[in-house]
Amino acid sequence: MSPQPRDDSIVLDIRSMRIAVRTDAGEGPVLVDDVSLSLRRGEVVGLIGESGAGKSTIGLASMGYTRRDCYIVGGSIVFGGMDIRAVSPDKRRALRGPKIAYIAQSAAASFNPAHTLMEQVCEASIRHGVLTPAEARAEAVSLFRQLDLPSPETIGARYPHQVSGGQLQRVMAAMAMVAKPDILIFDEPTTALDVTTQVECLAAFRKLIRGHGTAALYITHDLAVVAQIADRIMVLRRGKMVELGDSRQILQQPKEEYTRRLVSERVAGHKFVETSSAGETPILAIDHVSANYPGKPGVIDDVSLEVRKGDTVAVVGESGSGKSTLARVVMGLLPRSAGDVRFNGTSLPPRLKDRTKDQLRRVQMIYQMPDVALNPQHTLLDTIGRPVAFYFNRSRDEVRARTLELLRQMDLPESYLTRKTSELSGGQKQRVSIARALAAEPDLIICDEVTSALDQLVGEEILRLLKKLQDDLGVAYLFITHDLGTVKRIANKVAVMLRGRLVAGGETATVFAPPYHPYTELLLSSVPEMRPDWLDEVLAKRATAAAATAALLRAP
Amino acid sequence: MRLFGHKLSVWAQIGLAIVAINLFAALFAPLIAPYGQADIVGDAYADPDVYHWLGLDNLGRDIVSRLIFGARLSIGLSLVITMLSFAIGIIAGFGAAVAGGWADMALARLVDLLLSMPTFIFAMVILSVAGSSFPALIFTIAILDSPKVFRLARSVAMNLVSLEFVEAARLRGEGWWWIVTREILPNAVPPLTAEFGLRFCFTFLFIATLSFLGLGVQPPDADWGGMVKDLRDMISLGSVVPLYPAAAIAILSIGVNFVVDWMLSIHSRGQGEGA
Repeated sequence: MSPQPRDDSIVLDIRSMRIAVRTDAGEGPVLVDDVSLSLRRGEVVGLIGESGAGKSTIGLASMGYTRRDCYIVGGSIVFGGMDIRAVSPDKRRALRGPKIAYIAQSAAASFNPAHTLMEQVCEASIRHGVLTPAEARAEAVSLFRQLDLPSPETIGARYPHQVSGGQLQRVMAAMAMVAKPDILIFDEPTTALDVTTQVECLAAFRKLIRGHGTAALYITHDLAVVAQIADRIMVLRRGKMVELGDSRQILQQPKEEYTRRLVSERVAGHKFVETSSAGETPILAIDHVSANYPGKPGVIDDVSLEVRKGDTVAVVGESGSGKSTLARVVMGLLPRSAGDVRFNGTSLPPRLKDRTKDQLRRVQMIYQMPDVALNPQHTLLDTIGRPVAFYFNRSRDEVRARTLELLRQMDLPESYLTRKTSELSGGQKQRVSIARALAAEPDLIICDEVTSALDQLVGEEILRLLKKLQDDLGVAYLFITHDLGTVKRIANKVAVMLRGRLVAGGETATVFAPPYHPYTELLLSSVPEMRPDWLDEVLAKRATAAAATAALLRAP
Repeated sequence: MRLFGHKLSVWAQIGLAIVAINLFAALFAPLIAPYGQADIVGDAYADPDVYHWLGLDNLGRDIVSRLIFGARLSIGLSLVITMLSFAIGIIAGFGAAVAGGWADMALARLVDLLLSMPTFIFAMVILSVAGSSFPALIFTIAILDSPKVFRLARSVAMNLVSLEFVEAARLRGEGWWWIVTREILPNAVPPLTAEFGLRFCFTFLFIATLSFLGLGVQPPDADWGGMVKDLRDMISLGSVVPLYPAAAIAILSIGVNFVVDWMLSIHSRGQGEGA
């Protein structure tokens, strides 16, 4: 299909909008402060910022919607000549769906598992009387085809759990698009997806937007992603606009210091970490290990891996590759079915309950979600002090002194000692998790996606802290992640996993340099780069790499 | 008005006032009641006068005094029973969630067995055979009530056990006692507190019903359910007297429910932060 002729009229005009929390207790914090934005027909504006920047709040407010206890307290939102704030709730609701449609981060949570995809895709436009059921179905099939979904004629008959996450996200885009809205709002639509799937979705979304000439707001925390799809980018921080400009200008000549930091963190650090001197016995030796969940064979299949003193070994792979399961096997949460796990030369019992206190102490773990990894009712003293008391039998005063020392190492103020962990921010919680792991004075720390739940800049700080602690204490890391950018910066060795098997492994510099293993190359090429032309280049190259992986998967 | 840092709704304030008045009456019954609960101070069914505000009952005892002493017994007994059933239910429920496997299975089947029996009929059988002493009342009702607590405690603990801070404690090598008392219990308090209020109401109504049938609190001790029984004949004479103890039962139940509603609302709001 050919792009529709460009008409440059403004479809959405937000003027000095203010959104604040208002509860029974009075006026709360201001979430969005004096933000103005105008969206032209066919234009894509990216909203970027860390969590708490107000980007989702702006996205929802442009539909005249606010979350509970939040109110639009100032400014105007003009859509198609009428101020959304001034019209009745019924009129506002009539806009949502047919005129402005929303695509959420988690497609899985947005679909009803009890209805087929087709029913749900067509429901809104039929309900609003925009299309007849037959028209809606025809339109849906055509959208499925435009979004490169497999078997577009029949996929609508499936239920949400019968398609993959990336496919479901695209079905959701079709659902938004059926009624041919004037504006699409994408709220982090690819954040929960694997890198290789993200590329497919991005390409499909871009094709859809360009094909229909729809205006869109694209909300994300990832500058490289938004660079592929947006004409203009608005950088937000703490509810205020930092910078608004053309995508190329934002990426290449950012005017503000904050934008520069966002851009540089992603571009920086592409030098490889040098290898530490190899010790005699590895701290951790995973030797031809296999493991299964009941009724699910081959979750881990014949994996071998070594971690030496001072090493950071990254285990990378997409969801379902078995990398987290590998960590569970090492920790003893899932008993191995074959092979051996040796720690400092001695074999570790497969089950957690058979291990000695000292064996438990020497391997510690840091989790992905600091919110659930720390008991919300415990203070920092309880949390960090417990391993000290538990493993080393120290007195109260010694526990307190050691906890304070660890807080200092984590750059956390000493006054936090008696705070509850639930009162801290995400980055601070992750520091407490690290302190809790270090309190046991371990030889090895398993880091399971430790930065992926954090904002980009906060995640960078955590990585720097981990690196510094390794230099000071010589602790080794087994670093489980799907983020190849992180791997390049922190790991000296890397193991690439695909469907429970190790497909490539060795020094980071070797694995991530040509000649690549085909799957490694596919992964590497899928990491978005800070260039607006990146997606086009990748899509051109993609066919060959995908064919190679397909061949690899067919091999016995 | 605020309590524990949370704003009190009008209904919560009413509920708290009702609960406070009842607790006050229960605690200081001998000091505030004008007469003893068993004292016969005049003619049976005498009309209200200046000294006996609500009149006298079927034996000539002061109804106001008996209502006040009734609060003491009804509330005290319900509290003891609810606490006992919570102790049993929480220990078993947390144990089942943490242990899992066959222990969980065995407890769940035992609870199914208890739940399959009609509580009220079962209680009547036991109390008829064993007699209506206080220990018999307390243990019978507490044991019959504990499966409901068990089910809630188990499901709350199940959700908590799957969280990573519990896994972290297990990885550290902590025993089950630490995990139950230090990791799970503090996080289970809010939902269990609300349930405590509700179960208190059920127990309270249960005792009142048993007393009305003559199987609960025995005379001459005053109990609101028993008082309704004593005064029920007056209904046919067009007197409102039987409604006083019935109203006392209804008002306390409603008051406790207002407080529970408020506790549940602050609990759910605390969780409701968006991404």
